[in-house]
Amino acid sequence: MATGTFTVIHPQGFHARPSKLFVEKASSFPCKVTLHKGSKKANGKSSLGLLTLGIAAGDEITVETEGEQEEQALQELGAMLTKIYEE
Amino acid sequence: MSQLITGVAASPGIAIAKAYRLQQSESVPPRKTAGDAGAEKQRLKEAVEAARVDIDRIRERTLEKLGAQKAEIFEAHLFLLDDPDLIDAAMDMIDSDGVDAAYALHEVSSSIVEVLRSMDNELLRERAADVKDVAGRVISKLEGREHSALSELDEETILIANDLTPSDTAQLDLDYVRGFVTEIGSRTSHSAIMARSLELPAVVGAGTAAAGIESGTIVILDAVEGKVIVAPSDSQLQDYQARKREYEDYKLRMQQFVNRPSVTTDGHEVELASNIGGVEDLEKVLANGSDGIGLFRTEFLYMGRSTFPSEEEQFTVYKHVLEKMNGKRVVIRTLDIGGDKELPYLTLPKEANPFLGLRAVRLCLERQDLFRAQLRALLRASAHGKLAIMFPMIAVVSELREAKRILAEERASLESEGVPVSNSLEVGIMIEIPAAALNAEALAKEVDFFSIGTNDLIQYTMAADRMNESVAYLYQPHHPSILRLVNMVIQAAKKHGKWAGMCGEMAGDSAAIPLLLGMGLHEFSMSASSVLPARELVSRLSQQEWAVLAEEALGMDSQQEVLDFVNQQLRSEA
Repeated sequence: MATGTFTVIHPQGFHARPSKLFVEKASSFPCKVTLHKGSKKANGKSSLGLLTLGIAAGDEITVETEGEQEEQALQELGAMLTKIYEE
Repeated sequence: MSQLITGVAASPGIAIAKAYRLQQSESVPPRKTAGDAGAEKQRLKEAVEAARVDIDRIRERTLEKLGAQKAEIFEAHLFLLDDPDLIDAAMDMIDSDGVDAAYALHEVSSSIVEVLRSMDNELLRERAADVKDVAGRVISKLEGREHSALSELDEETILIANDLTPSDTAQLDLDYVRGFVTEIGSRTSHSAIMARSLELPAVVGAGTAAAGIESGTIVILDAVEGKVIVAPSDSQLQDYQARKREYEDYKLRMQQFVNRPSVTTDGHEVELASNIGGVEDLEKVLANGSDGIGLFRTEFLYMGRSTFPSEEEQFTVYKHVLEKMNGKRVVIRTLDIGGDKELPYLTLPKEANPFLGLRAVRLCLERQDLFRAQLRALLRASAHGKLAIMFPMIAVVSELREAKRILAEERASLESEGVPVSNSLEVGIMIEIPAAALNAEALAKEVDFFSIGTNDLIQYTMAADRMNESVAYLYQPHHPSILRLVNMVIQAAKKHGKWAGMCGEMAGDSAAIPLLLGMGLHEFSMSASSVLPARELVSRLSQQEWAVLAEEALGMDSQQEVLDFVNQQLRSEA
């Protein structure tokens, strides 16, 4: 299992386009992807899961990957949490 | 008798037409047990595919009518159809509880909608509408009904609805629909966003009072002020017909100024820029044809979080803004925190007079770790556009020299690492302390530009807290004492071949613009929505004439005298 914590900076938070791109990326990996925000957690391959976490700019998100390609998934998904998207 | 209902003006405009009340009975599928779970799941699968065909058709229509960005809403809807937490979860429920597909999907989607609606963040709350729209469409397919309640319209109409789904809004027949009113929703609802791009007047969040509007009643929709007038009197109708024409003329006139240079009748060009607080303000800046960004307050990057933003995070944000502005100047102010603006993770000693204490650049020179991280991010970003760095709250020359020394050190260190830094990067200061205005000549030699922060300059000059209502009468931007300080700053900059700008409220004030123009102010930075009216005003003024008039105003005794003088001049020119 691999974990990392990242701070979201996209000003509108993580829904709509950013979350779609994130879920697509997460779904392209064979490993399990789980996101934690405080005590809440969600399936990283579900955009509804991401939505219900209510990720806003400045939030710290812990990504947990487990299974095949877990290290690479963690690295690439972490990078997606810490960038700004065109909306 | 007419009735007034108020709400949120979500998309500006005025419309007058008959109301059409959209029937939106929310049917809750009854709990039914399904004998054959396999067959039920197959039914759900087919309904999902039928919904997919519908949504894809709406997506294509939206793409044609409104462009790729709006069509993405429906790409997201298609995406929801594949979400493991929605359809898969309903499939699981059919298996585990032996219920039918419509009930299972309704249960699953309702609990998601509930969670989303309880969110603190308005933007996330609005996403509940998407889940409802998509799940509702699949359930309609299962029940063999039409999803949209929008029937064929055949006359000019103002739609009245509880809420409009994104797919309803995208499918509005613009030949007939003149505007809409919803009971719920906010400025950031999808329906509101769509209304703005359709330029369709809309008032949202009008509350349950809107539910009482009957189809066929004449309605005035004032989406400039957020008002709905039901069954208006003849005089109200006449009044609003005139206002509607005025509004439309005004809008047309302003629209002509979007891509024009900001130039006076005698060919003098100035810059009309915008103030922003974050990346989310950029859209408005671009839509209003700003000549640049005259003040980017970086505080937002530091607020509402538990740790300092890293150099990397800041770099990403600054680079994004510079790239979006595409070669137009972006003035970024270094951190203006301390005093009354606190950060939960930065403990500072309590001060008796925070506005006169350790704030802004004073704090940055103390806490150089913070300052250096921000400067490095700015220097790196400078290679991606036209950047100007501005230090706030400079009182004396030594502070400026110290800030510049630190900046030079960080530049040297980046360059030695081989990181590109722009050579045309400008460095300037905000003038908001009377001492700096009085000593502007000395400061001018060491900067590329000044930007006058009038909100603080007025507060410090008048010794009047701008938050204290009992001394609010002392907030007098047109007072000769303020004008003289402003004039000193502008003349000092000109004498040394530097440019002077202004980034306080005063820069967008129509009674101040002519005087500032006359004094030779080069850059005016204001809220984005003031840029077009300011450009229209500037296009009617002569710089040379106002140079003479400003000279006269500077010799006056009171704000009232100045205001009367300016207004009279503007009237006689009109």
